[in-house]
Amino acid sequence: MLNYALLVHAAPYSHQAALSALRFADAIVTGGHRLAAVFFYHDGVHNASALMSPPQDEIHLAEGWKRLHEDHGTQLLVCIAAGLRRGLLNTDEANRHGLASHNVEAPFELTGIGQLVDAMLNNDRLITFAP
Amino acid sequence: MTNIRASDIEPQDLMVVLRHPPHGSHWLREGIDVALVAAAFGQRVGLLFQGDGVYALLEGQQAGALGQKGTHPQLAMLEMYDIESLWVSAAALSERGLSIDDLMLPVKPLGAEAVAELMQVQPHTLIF
Repeated sequence: MLNYALLVHAAPYSHQAALSALRFADAIVTGGHRLAAVFFYHDGVHNASALMSPPQDEIHLAEGWKRLHEDHGTQLLVCIAAGLRRGLLNTDEANRHGLASHNVEAPFELTGIGQLVDAMLNNDRLITFAP
Repeated sequence: MTNIRASDIEPQDLMVVLRHPPHGSHWLREGIDVALVAAAFGQRVGLLFQGDGVYALLEGQQAGALGQKGTHPQLAMLEMYDIESLWVSAAALSERGLSIDDLMLPVKPLGAEAVAELMQVQPHTLIF
């Protein structure tokens, strides 16, 4: 059994990379390995939007990530610096910036790049998915 | 331009590859951010500038017409974070009519084979 972490740079639906990352994540856990964390960085932070509303007959990426957390305890980490400048905020950050609404909710966590370094050092593999 | 031999290359804890220019996207800035944070966490970090990423090394990259911040101040911080293993693709420089003397940091030029060697010996590589 190997411990994996994923780094997702790609926005949902704009590139294959986000879809491929979710498929790879499913393959990791199906294969009996552990997916410790997915770190969303660059445009990948949009995967965490609670407002994501694709048509019902399309794959729902945010739900897919959430399912990994619920079924396998995978941490869903969103870079706070990359998220804030792209409009991805949880309630704390929305309050701090005096904004009326938020769009990042648990199990997605806004966190620092240090968590990416941590995920890289403490797992057997870190795999990047980029456009 | 003298190229570094593969035997001179030491593996780092993390190699960050920068392939995008300072303006037009956030790739470069967000790549350097990872390098700085990893270094602050005590990791030995090396940088490889490839493709249009070499433009980041030109002296005085300041805010441009797009209104994005310049990356010069960010690169100037590398030394403070003890990030001193800096490599640049010699081909990327010459394709753009640049020489090592145009660059703001003491980077080591690598030929194609040495770039391949550099990538092979790193335990962790992040590409931006």
